[in-house]
Amino acid sequence: MACFLVSGGEAIVVTAVRAAVKKSEQKKGIVDEKGKQITDPAEHGICWTRKLGWLMNMLWGGVLLLAIEHIWHGEVVLWPPFLTAATVPGEMATVLHEMATVGVAMAVLVTVTWLVVTFVADAVVKRSAKTEAAKEAEL
Amino acid sequence: MTLMITLLAAVVASIVWYSKAPNSTFSIGSLALMYWAATLMWCVDGIACLIEGEAFIEIADTAAMLDDAILGIVVVIVGLAVWAVINIARDPKRIFSKALTK
Repeated sequence: MACFLVSGGEAIVVTAVRAAVKKSEQKKGIVDEKGKQITDPAEHGICWTRKLGWLMNMLWGGVLLLAIEHIWHGEVVLWPPFLTAATVPGEMATVLHEMATVGVAMAVLVTVTWLVVTFVADAVVKRSAKTEAAKEAEL
Repeated sequence: MTLMITLLAAVVASIVWYSKAPNSTFSIGSLALMYWAATLMWCVDGIACLIEGEAFIEIADTAAMLDDAILGIVVVIVGLAVWAVINIARDPKRIFSKALTK
């Protein structure tokens, strides 16, 4: 019904946080004005601007594609009140319940997956740095 | 079926991203992340359906399955369209800016 709105809310927050983090990392000389990392990820780890960019892409992308599904099923319309359920008395309680259960579960699963991806990415970068250092030591 | 088609799109986009890495001129990774996130969200939706006693993926009703398959294709096309718009706006190879300034 409107489960994707929870992830949409999270996407707005993550976008704002990423903008603040980018500004901070830019000041520290970690990223350039486009948000591209200028320090060596193997030495300093992957910057948070990039990591939060992944979460942002996941959340906005997921929200957009789920919104298409809801429009397809007639649960969301492009004119006020936007949610079809809002025109049916008593249906808003069902919508809120779905947001609190399915919507929150969706946002949590995407965020947990992102956390796992960031840990794995950092581990891969550190491992490749160690391998390169070992090769250089051999030479 | 929407879930399966989106999952397939996510796998294909990931393979393309991996084969092109580390060059990410056209941000294919963003497209893959978009499809993966939608797949995860529809998995949660499917689990919620299972809890309510419905099927995870509708296969009993042919009409509903066909409708879901068409929706899946529409979702993949919308994803590609958004990705195309982002790339046109970013113009990573500066083709538009070069063509317009000539």
